Amino acid sequence: MMKPGTLILHVAARFLVPLQLVFSVFLLLRGHNEPGGGFIAGLVASGAFALYLFTFGAAVTRDLMRVDPRNFIGVGLLIAMLSAFPAWFHGQAFLTAQWWPILLPGGTEIKLSTPLFFDIGVYLTVLGSVMTMLVALTETEER
Amino acid sequence: MRAEVALPILVPLLFGALSLIAWRSNLMQRVLGIIGSVTLLICSIWLLISVLDHGHVVMHMGGWMAPYGITLVADLLSAIMVVLTGMMAVAIAIYSLSSASPSHEKFGYYPLMHLLLAGVAGSFLTGDIFNLYVWFEVMLIASFALLILGGERAQMEGAIKYVTLNLLSSAIFLSAIGLLYGLVGTLNMADIAVKLSQTEHTGLVDVIAVMFMIAFGIKAAAFPLFFWLPASYHTGPVAVSALFAGLLTKVGVYALFRVFTLIFNQSPEFTHQLLLWGAAFTMLTGVLGAAAQFEFRRILSFHIVSQIGYMLLGLALFTPLALVGGVFYIMHHIIVKTNLFLISGIVHRLLGTYDLKKLGGVYKDRPYLSILFLIPALSLAGLPPLSGFFAKFIIIRAGIEAEAWVVTAIALIVGLLTLYSMIKIWAEVFWKPLPENHSSVDSSPSATPSSLAFLYIPVVLLGACTLFIGLNGQPIYEIAEASAKQLLNPALYIEAVLGETP
Repeated sequence: MMKPGTLILHVAARFLVPLQLVFSVFLLLRGHNEPGGGFIAGLVASGAFALYLFTFGAAVTRDLMRVDPRNFIGVGLLIAMLSAFPAWFHGQAFLTAQWWPILLPGGTEIKLSTPLFFDIGVYLTVLGSVMTMLVALTETEER
Repeated sequence: MRAEVALPILVPLLFGALSLIAWRSNLMQRVLGIIGSVTLLICSIWLLISVLDHGHVVMHMGGWMAPYGITLVADLLSAIMVVLTGMMAVAIAIYSLSSASPSHEKFGYYPLMHLLLAGVAGSFLTGDIFNLYVWFEVMLIASFALLILGGERAQMEGAIKYVTLNLLSSAIFLSAIGLLYGLVGTLNMADIAVKLSQTEHTGLVDVIAVMFMIAFGIKAAAFPLFFWLPASYHTGPVAVSALFAGLLTKVGVYALFRVFTLIFNQSPEFTHQLLLWGAAFTMLTGVLGAAAQFEFRRILSFHIVSQIGYMLLGLALFTPLALVGGVFYIMHHIIVKTNLFLISGIVHRLLGTYDLKKLGGVYKDRPYLSILFLIPALSLAGLPPLSGFFAKFIIIRAGIEAEAWVVTAIALIVGLLTLYSMIKIWAEVFWKPLPENHSSVDSSPSATPSSLAFLYIPVVLLGACTLFIGLNGQPIYEIAEASAKQLLNPALYIEAVLGETP
């Protein structure tokens, strides 16, 4: 285990973790037509939590995440799986992209779609798997 | 839109995700295991009925048309294999209620099982050669994790051999796909078949064909690279080895059937001749290896190898009757082999060992179990009126009609030696008295009647299937015959994938 509590790491982590999480969501949402997407966004997010983990230790990180990272894997897989089904109800092949654009007041448009849900599922799965491994390894080391 | 062709993949994935969410509760995971496998079986039967009614069932995933998108195709062979997958899934799910230990369940036994089933079903249903590779990898990862559940030393040793050779196979498979793509510029199997028949037949095509043969041959545990199988299958938890024994090698056999009837059918005098001798040696080495063994599951593992030889023989002879025999053999073999492994698990539960020398006296205490063993064992050896008799009979008759005397003779001898192995197990485990230094049958603490019931149910069901195929072979034979007809007429497959828009 890295020695917790070096001052520079402490201060930097407090600023970097939220920034990196926001950046991961940004990557997730722009992913469909531009570089980005669920996988890389999930890695960036788990990078944020990993930084927190190395700075403050496993117990504090578990508190920060509130949910056991293992739950993310199952929920993420389920969301990604379910995104295959809406096409079926429209009589199309599984996984065919469905788009539900929502017009917000002020003229901006949000495009909800099955690829977005698939990406969110991938995001959660990647985040969950990486954090499950890292937390488990850190806890073994701390013991 | 025919959803049934994708459901056998989506259902296990869905239940895998659900049982991951329920990772805290072993009970929930068991219930999900049962519901998931029964749903899979229902979907697969739906698929088989639909294929019988309409011919090939095709779905272009995501609405991207072939040859650009990934296509799922079910012909009769795929549908039969998926139904068998569903049957094995149900059998293993019931068996696991009693056989899976809580620590295995805690470390993801059920999610991995679902993932493995999804990989197997995906391999059977995909119409895209690269997608086939992906499903192989899904299967390999899940099977690797299942094999080392428990983390004992012997398991690690077996798993290393298993993974190394399977990765080698994957590497060869991937290079072969690369070469093939370089040659024809497409990955859709139907499209490859069309393009390849139009290009000039050069030596490169044969090279690629042989690379596919080696890659799938390793997966199917064919001669000469079969030794990972008997080195690893007996190390895992017994329900896992039963599932592996039934399904995993058969995916390799299925891939050989698919590729060498659809894509590489231009020069059978070269490729299928090679397969023929591979099949002969596979049969022979497998059965001779088994003769030297004295561990219940190792004997059965070696017999998987030798039985793979029969299936390949059906493909290699490449006559209509031989293909019927090959398909029939696969159907019979999956059921019988899984059943034998499950029985070895019951004997282990009763007496605490797999070593033939330490076993004995089961017939005296449990005559019904002995009869349940005899059904699949004699069927494996090919005694009438059990399913194995018809399977062997069709193949050997096809061999005689094709005038492949040497190979036919080998097949007959191997049948005899198989009988010898089965009689050896019978004599050692069931007939001879229990060695004196061993505790008696009923003293085993874990063998309570209720826990044993869950072990017996799948064995009885699979035994009934074997008897059904044996005593009422006609409908099964007709399905096998129809699927062989489809295999010999790849134009149907190509037209179904490329011709019409669903």
